Amino acid sequence: MTATVARPATTAHAALAASRRARRRRRALVTGGLLALVVALALVALMVGETFVPLGDVVRVALGQTVPGASFTVGELRLPRTATAVLAGLAFGAGGVTFQTMLRNPLASPDIIGISSGASVAAVFGILVLGVSGPTLSAMAVGLGLATALLIYLLAYRDGLLGARLVLVGIGAGAFLHAMVQWMLLRASAWDLPAAIRWLTGSLNDSSWEQVRPLAIAVLLVGPVMVLASRPLAVLQLGDDAATGLGVRVERTRLLLLVGAVVLVSFATATTGPIAFLAFLAGPIAARLVGPGATLVLPAGLVGAALTLAADLVGQHAFDTRFPVGVVTGAIGAPYLVYLLIRSNRAGGSL
Amino acid sequence: MTTQSPTRPPAPARERAVSRRRRWVWLAAALALVAVAAVVSVAFGTRVVSLGDVVGALVGKDEGIAAAAVRARVPRTVLALLVGAALGLAGAVMQGVTRNPLGDPGILGITMGASLAVVSGIAFLGITTLPQYVWFALVGAALTSVFVYLVGSIGRGGPTPLKLALAGAATTAAFSSLVSAILLPRIDVMNVFRFWQIGGVGGATWEAIGIVLPFLVVGTALTLASARGLDALALGDDLATGLGVHVTRARVLAAVGAVLLAGAATAVAGPIAFVGLVVPHAARLVVGVDHRWVLPFSALTGAVLLTLADVIGRVVARPGEIEVGIVTALIGAPVFVALARRRRVVQL
Repeated sequence: MTATVARPATTAHAALAASRRARRRRRALVTGGLLALVVALALVALMVGETFVPLGDVVRVALGQTVPGASFTVGELRLPRTATAVLAGLAFGAGGVTFQTMLRNPLASPDIIGISSGASVAAVFGILVLGVSGPTLSAMAVGLGLATALLIYLLAYRDGLLGARLVLVGIGAGAFLHAMVQWMLLRASAWDLPAAIRWLTGSLNDSSWEQVRPLAIAVLLVGPVMVLASRPLAVLQLGDDAATGLGVRVERTRLLLLVGAVVLVSFATATTGPIAFLAFLAGPIAARLVGPGATLVLPAGLVGAALTLAADLVGQHAFDTRFPVGVVTGAIGAPYLVYLLIRSNRAGGSL
Repeated sequence: MTTQSPTRPPAPARERAVSRRRRWVWLAAALALVAVAAVVSVAFGTRVVSLGDVVGALVGKDEGIAAAAVRARVPRTVLALLVGAALGLAGAVMQGVTRNPLGDPGILGITMGASLAVVSGIAFLGITTLPQYVWFALVGAALTSVFVYLVGSIGRGGPTPLKLALAGAATTAAFSSLVSAILLPRIDVMNVFRFWQIGGVGGATWEAIGIVLPFLVVGTALTLASARGLDALALGDDLATGLGVHVTRARVLAAVGAVLLAGAATAVAGPIAFVGLVVPHAARLVVGVDHRWVLPFSALTGAVLLTLADVIGRVVARPGEIEVGIVTALIGAPVFVALARRRRVVQL
């Protein structure tokens, strides 16, 4: 530190600018790499299956041409599934990292603090009890997701918001909502395996074009707003006072990001069910890749999409039985959760 | 305080006398509640039967569907009482041993650990009988409790309630993912053992009760014997050592008892959370902090809570029924949130 200060001001400036440039380059490189990875995984997902479809045919189907023998498999079966995977991954990843950054706590992701469970309750109630679908269903999921977030916030707010208290309150709320989902699944006598799996761990098996549409609209509308609004997110991490001093309208930014994140997560949950640990995993991985001092919303979304595609590929083709995507992400995410806990305990951090 | 007349006894002594009498009253009330819960559990269920049928079935002269339904409820009621008592007792001991108001075999991940061990045994080692399940469940429960305690006590401040609760919740989430992954490809196993994921007492038989009973008895004896030690531990390790208590031995003895109770309960009923959390707090409200009272009270209250939760699950979802683990989560989770909001929990 003292060496830097002792240097002439111009050199220090130059060094700072250089490190900033290096960071920006790294960020661009990582984002580009992740994008390429998502595209590559999506193409693989479109090519591989019961029958192998060559790359050329896949591209032609995707461009809207009719290819005998491939149009149905790729266009009607694999394309909606892949699109759902990408969109849900983007939504869960971006929504999760927003929560984690805003609450400065990797455990405060929407799937751990019960917000996904809130959206699940609405979705299960809407589908099994009311028999609604489409926009109504998504609206219900978003409504209950927001209500859950608000409730957890109010319950955890006591002489200021404490990340650890919020996580505990959220775990309790999540247990309650999870039990309600199980109750409705049993009550509606709908404990058939696909439905149960979808609403308890998340699955892509019910993907169809009809279901992709609301999710796609949500991601395309809310996503860019989140990316733009999240530029001050890194400043928020410095603490509210510092952020205000640097010209960030703290409360407004926080509210905007919170609502946006809940909307994304709720839409995705209404489509695929709460894919286990996806929102929790994407943020820390993106943070590792991108490095400090950058907004993570886009990279985390891309990591989420890549994870969903990869996990679905593994679940569909790696074993004798076909596992839904949530079981695979759960098996990856669970040990990571424990590892994160051990590491943060050892570091003596307040979590 | 200084103006108090010297003839009156000091306030603490008076309170103690009052609360001792009150404790006996509460004990009688708790026993009466257990009896009421048992009667309710036999009388009400998915199938509506008249009171005459209930009595007729119990004295054994009636035949027919109603009588058969009532007779099937008897082992279920006994199992619910036993499992509830075991979980309540285990929760009280865990809260005492870790000095943690969020202690509960479910929240600390121990029941899910037992579940995972049993499910793995069924899937990979081909175990098929209940005695084998019990041993697997006990090993799973023991390993998980050691694991969660170690993870929760890494770092500054040792095993704080917050770190233990988080370690337990993380472990529960992790293990339930693994349980799903193991059960999914085996639909036949899943249909039979759905309760390994949720927790229920619907499949109760006298044979099953007979198999777990010895474990429950030993666990109960161990925990009740450690009541004195738990009182000393509540004062802090240094003071307890000063009072001549072997701190490690007291802790291990109590923990072994709690693991036996939680493991055996999980082996017959699957993972049931929140009973062990709620019950000791209720018990402390009425009988104070003396573990010689808190432990038996937790057992009685746990039995009442689980049995009534099971009745609720049977009555509200006619003609189906809701596993008792769901009902206890709906009752217990709000209590957990209320406890987590306390400043003391987070700052400890």
